[in-house]
Amino acid sequence: MLTDSERKQIEAKLQGVAQNQWSSIDALRVVQDSRGWISDESLTDVAELLAITPAELDSVATFFSLIFRKPVGRHVILICDSVSCWVMGYDSIREYLGQRLGISEGETSADGRFTLLPVACLGVCDRAPALMVDNNLYTDLTTEKLDEILEKYH
Amino acid sequence: MMPRPLTAHIHAHRPLSLRDYEKSGGYQAVHKALQKLAPDEITAMVKDSKLRGRGGAGFPTGLKWSLMPLVHDSPRPRYLVINADEMEPGTFKDRLLLEGNPHQMIEATIITAYALQADMAYIFLRWEYKLAAKRLTHAIAEAYDNKYLGNNIQGSAYSLQLHLHVSAGRYMCGEETGLLNSLEGKRAIPRSKPPHATTVGLWGKPTVINNVETLCNIPHIVINGDEWFRGLSHSQDGGTKIYGVSGRVKRPGAWELPMGSSAREVIEEHAGGMTDGFKLRGIIPGGASTNFITEEHIDIGMDYDSLQKVGSRMGTGTMIILDDKTCPVGMVLNLERFFARESCGWCTPCREGLPWIVKTLQAIEEGNGQMRDLDILQFHADNIKLGHTFCALAPGAMEPLESALRYYREDFQQHIRRRRCPWK
Repeated sequence: MLTDSERKQIEAKLQGVAQNQWSSIDALRVVQDSRGWISDESLTDVAELLAITPAELDSVATFFSLIFRKPVGRHVILICDSVSCWVMGYDSIREYLGQRLGISEGETSADGRFTLLPVACLGVCDRAPALMVDNNLYTDLTTEKLDEILEKYH
Repeated sequence: MMPRPLTAHIHAHRPLSLRDYEKSGGYQAVHKALQKLAPDEITAMVKDSKLRGRGGAGFPTGLKWSLMPLVHDSPRPRYLVINADEMEPGTFKDRLLLEGNPHQMIEATIITAYALQADMAYIFLRWEYKLAAKRLTHAIAEAYDNKYLGNNIQGSAYSLQLHLHVSAGRYMCGEETGLLNSLEGKRAIPRSKPPHATTVGLWGKPTVINNVETLCNIPHIVINGDEWFRGLSHSQDGGTKIYGVSGRVKRPGAWELPMGSSAREVIEEHAGGMTDGFKLRGIIPGGASTNFITEEHIDIGMDYDSLQKVGSRMGTGTMIILDDKTCPVGMVLNLERFFARESCGWCTPCREGLPWIVKTLQAIEEGNGQMRDLDILQFHADNIKLGHTFCALAPGAMEPLESALRYYREDFQQHIRRRRCPWK
C-alpha cells in the first residue's frame, strides 16, 4: 500500500501531463525516496496509480541504474569506475572499501549500513578518484580519506 | 588576455544571482533577441558563426536548427531539449557551466527556444549532478519571477515554459533519441533515424536537442555577432572550447581556450605537464569514445577537422592521458567494460559484440590470450560501425580499441607472449 504522502506526491507529478507514463521515473523515485527501494508490491501499486501495466512500469524500473529493484543498505556508495578514476587509482580504492565493508560491488554489508555500486563517470575527472555516498560527492580519494568519509554514515 | 565568454562569470562557490548576472551584462542578449531580431535572423547568425555541437558529434548547430519544419506548417508544441546528461568518461566541462553560472544556461535556452519558436524546453540533467540541480532549480524560479520565463517574456509576444528533468542513470540517455524515450518515461533505447528528432522528436513533435556547452555560446553570439565569434578561434570552427585534462598531469583541470589550441599547449601550459616520474604515451582527446592520438600529434590543433585528419575525433574536448606506467591493454579493457555495461541491449552488434570484446581483452590482460585474439578484436573494430547499429554507442566504443591495436600492438603482443600483464 502506498502511504497518503506517497500517493499525494505522485499525484502532484501527474498534474498537467497528458500521459501518465511520462511521470513513471518521477513516480518511482517518490517511493524509492521514502522506502529506499522498489519492491514488487510497490511497483504494482505505482503502476495501478499511473494506470499502466506493472510489466510496462517494470521495464522502465529495471532499465535505470539508479532505480533500485532490490533492497539496499541505509547508505548507497556509488563508486566511479570510469577511465580517469581507473588511471588515478580506482582499483586500490575499491579494494580498500571491499575489505573494510566485507562486500564486492553490487552487495550490501552484513550490518545493512552500506551498499556498494559502480557508477558511470561522475564528471570530476580532474579530482579523481571519486565516489558519492547518498547525495554527497567526495573527490581526490585516498584510503585515509575513505576512513573519515565512512565515519559520517551510520 | 583572450576573451573567455563561457567562463568569464563562472563562480564555483556561489554563482551569480539573477540581479548580479544582469549587472554583469547578462540577459542583455534576451532583450536584444526579443526586441530586435527575428527568429530566423538568429538562426542565420548561428550558422554564420560556425558553431558546432560540443556534445561529441560536432554537428553544425545552426544547420540543426534549420532542419526544424517551418513554423506555419509545423505541428505544435515545438520543443527544445538541453542535454545535460554529461556521462562520457573523462568529460567534466558541462558540470562547470551548470554549477558555475546557471543563468547563462537559462539565457541561452530562452534565446535558442525563441529562435526555434519552441513552446517548451526541458533540461535533461543526470541524477548525480546534485549541486547543478539545486542551483538550476533556484535560477529557474528567479527567471520565472522576473518574467524571463513563462508567458509574454519581458512584455513580448513570446512565451516559454522551462522544466528541469532529473534522470536516473544510464549513459544511453545521452544518445539523443534514447534521451527522448527516457524523457517520455520509457526505456532509453534509441529510435531508428530517419525521421530525425528535428521533425519527429519528443512525443512525436519537432524537437532540437543541444548540449550545454554548445548552447552557452548563444547569448555571446547574439550580443557580439558571428564575426567576433569566428575570430575567437584558431581554426575553421568558431568560438572557444572548454578543454580538459585528466590523468597523471601536475594540474588536472579544464580551461576555456581558442578552438584549435594544441594538445601541447593545453597539457604543458595549463595542466603543468606530466607528473614527475611519468611520461606521456597517448591521449584520448575527447572522452572515452574517441581514438587515441600519440605524442607525434601533440602539436596539431584540437579542432574537429584537424583531429579527424589524424584518425581521431574532437569529441567533448576533454583529454584523458595514458602515461608510461599505465597498461594500455588495461585501459582499453576498462573502457570496453564501461561500454558493455552501458549498452541498452537493443541491437545485436552492441549487446553481443561488446561483452565478447571484454572477455577477449580480459583474457589478454590476465595472461590467457592468444595471438589470434588480436584478429578477433580487429574484426570487431572493423565491423561494429555506424550503419550496422542503431546508435553511436558501440561504434564509439570501437574507436579507442581500434587505435590501441594500431599504436600499442606491441603491448598486446607482450601480454600474450609473456602470459601476464607486464605492468603488474
